[in-house]
Amino acid sequence: MKELKEKARDLLKNKDVQVVIGYGDGTGGKPRAIFIRDPKDADRLIFDEKCEQNLAVYLLKHEVKKLGRPAIVATVPVVRSIIQLAAENQIAEGSVVILAITPDGKLTEIKTLKDTETFVSSNPPYTRPEDLEKLERIEKMTVEERWNYWLDELSRCFKCYACRSSCPMCYCERCTIECNQPQWVSPASHHLGNVEWHIMRAMHIAGRCVNCGECARACPLDIPINLLTLKVSEDIRKNFGLTAGMSATLEYALSTFKTDDKEEFIR
Amino acid sequence: MSTFEPKIVAFVCNWCTYAGADLTGTSRIKYAPNVRIIRFPCTGRIDFMLLLKAFAEGADGIIVSGCHPNDCHYTSGNFHARRRWMVFRSLLDFMGIDTRRLQFSWVSAAEGARWAELVNTTVNNIRELGPFEEYRQLRGAGIE
Amino acid sequence: MEKKTLTKENLPRFLKKLQEDGNRVIAPKRTGEKVDFSVIGSPDEIADDYIQTVQSAKFAFFPKVEEILSFTANKSGVKINDKDTEKIPSTVVFGLRPCDAAAVASLDAVFNWDYKDNLFNSRREKIGIIGLSCAKSDNNCFCTSLGFGPGDTRGSDILLTELTSGDYLAEIITDKGKAMMNAAPELFTAEPMEAKEKNLADIKAQFKPEDLAKRFPAAFDREDLWLEQSLRCIGCGACAFVCPVCACFDIQDEGTTQNGTRLRCWDACGFSLFTLHTSGHNPREAQNHRWRQRLMHKFAYMQERLGVLGCVGCGRCSRACPADINILENVKMILEAK
Repeated sequence: MKELKEKARDLLKNKDVQVVIGYGDGTGGKPRAIFIRDPKDADRLIFDEKCEQNLAVYLLKHEVKKLGRPAIVATVPVVRSIIQLAAENQIAEGSVVILAITPDGKLTEIKTLKDTETFVSSNPPYTRPEDLEKLERIEKMTVEERWNYWLDELSRCFKCYACRSSCPMCYCERCTIECNQPQWVSPASHHLGNVEWHIMRAMHIAGRCVNCGECARACPLDIPINLLTLKVSEDIRKNFGLTAGMSATLEYALSTFKTDDKEEFIR
Repeated sequence: MSTFEPKIVAFVCNWCTYAGADLTGTSRIKYAPNVRIIRFPCTGRIDFMLLLKAFAEGADGIIVSGCHPNDCHYTSGNFHARRRWMVFRSLLDFMGIDTRRLQFSWVSAAEGARWAELVNTTVNNIRELGPFEEYRQLRGAGIE
Repeated sequence: MEKKTLTKENLPRFLKKLQEDGNRVIAPKRTGEKVDFSVIGSPDEIADDYIQTVQSAKFAFFPKVEEILSFTANKSGVKINDKDTEKIPSTVVFGLRPCDAAAVASLDAVFNWDYKDNLFNSRREKIGIIGLSCAKSDNNCFCTSLGFGPGDTRGSDILLTELTSGDYLAEIITDKGKAMMNAAPELFTAEPMEAKEKNLADIKAQFKPEDLAKRFPAAFDREDLWLEQSLRCIGCGACAFVCPVCACFDIQDEGTTQNGTRLRCWDACGFSLFTLHTSGHNPREAQNHRWRQRLMHKFAYMQERLGVLGCVGCGRCSRACPADINILENVKMILEAK
């Protein structure tokens, strides 16, 4: 993508940014995250439909922050992640240059949070049809079938935490699972530990997840955990009208309320 | 015929439901003894992980109860709790946990009779659902 | 070493006989596009036409969660119950690639270097390994660079190599292998004519194992290289958990004051809290230091201290990594660094 390489080269040459986080060639045709510091290396940047990894996760890594002010190649979900992180005070105004790319391949350089909000409102959230289908299929199952399905999938989990590590929203330096006084949720990968972990993660991500699908992509065992966070996101959208990653002003579903929130399930 | 008596854990707020349950007692209203009550300052304090722990430790059913909306002693704790429960309940349902085992309610300090009715109805419902074997079986499973 | 033929019809019969004799059989099973080791019910569940499984079979020797002891405590004192190793089932692991079979020697070294791990050794003793040579490889495989190979017999009790006819050359390597064969000796016929080498994948060595000892120790101080390699690492444990050699573990105590259990669970040096001390100090606070540890441990320290390599070139870590960190690429970078 010529325009992207030129933009990156200029930003580095003018010292607007010290590092460009983008995608480059990886093993066997897969893309991988690359960190360009020399303007001459800007040619290594690529962009195609395989570039799906949510790069926003690197913006909060100490080792990357030390490199200096970043520019980041961002698809729509990545831009939404950045907005959500800004709303949660993890990214300061003007600290990142976003090289946003729309699904039809158009590149826009965004420097302010206001402009990122404008960008996402004209590029609304997109959920992959196959994920919505899977969600529907599970919702149509009986309670028992759902339990068996999830137990089957989650019992395979071996607690590598790739789902957590790859998620830009999981930036806690000390995750709840690592708290052992008391041990809320067991870090062991037995059935109970796995079920509790995934419930806990879905709840802690609730209202903050932008449905980039990275957790499921990262999982080495192909467990469709993004369906849990997708379900929760859809619920929050339907019940409270809130969608993560659209506004840089925080309106977190679980720390706000409306006095007339529905409550048919409460006696 | 087996005489299964469900174990119910009740997470209640101090100012309304706990006081209401107190009133039930002082009014000498009899109700099912299956419930163990845990007192919290407010429903807003109730973490969903505590509910999971209750199920893991052998609860067949859970009651979560607090002040009616607009009556929270801390003004808005129950509003936050309500949202949290909506999300949590829906997630559990999606994962195949029978949400009839989770009973949410608002019981005020004056509703002594209502607390008894709530407990009795819940105990009957859970008795019919049977022991929560599926969740309990998770314990010890997947360990060599 | 005896060489026999095991026809393609007799292989499932052999596995069935081993099952009838009371062995649980672990073999590669397909789910969707991926293949992974699992306990099988019937031999026709076994996958074919794949290069490598996602996870290793190390869970048979070193489970992902294992109870090591349980206790009960009351007024009269504390009673501790060691894990009853008699309960460990007799197991046959079928389909271990030669790289995975060689990895067992590395696990042996780790679990027996300063303390003879009874649990590991009991499981090891009860496991028979039927290896399967590799006819194909991909660009993540690099066993030959480490001195292993697609038809290497080390670690297997019986090694099968599929021949052009679909039948297998069966090399009976150890006494345990002989005992397994003798469960159904009539299924094994005379040595085949076809040469084994004809049916092995051609994997070109990209470096020599001796080079590792020459270059790695000095590489410890190359902060620039470690940073470069690990910038995109997200700090999960996928690489460690799919690896047939990685054996770091965490201990979790669960229970109440009256009864409880002590569990051994997989752990990974890539986790940020892996080396966190109780004092709060973390000697490997930066991901690049954790990455350096991973490579130094696998390619230098284990050889120095235990006499075994910490890697067998199976390529699983590279395939499983969500950030596409390729261990072969990184080892070559260290070896070729100026």
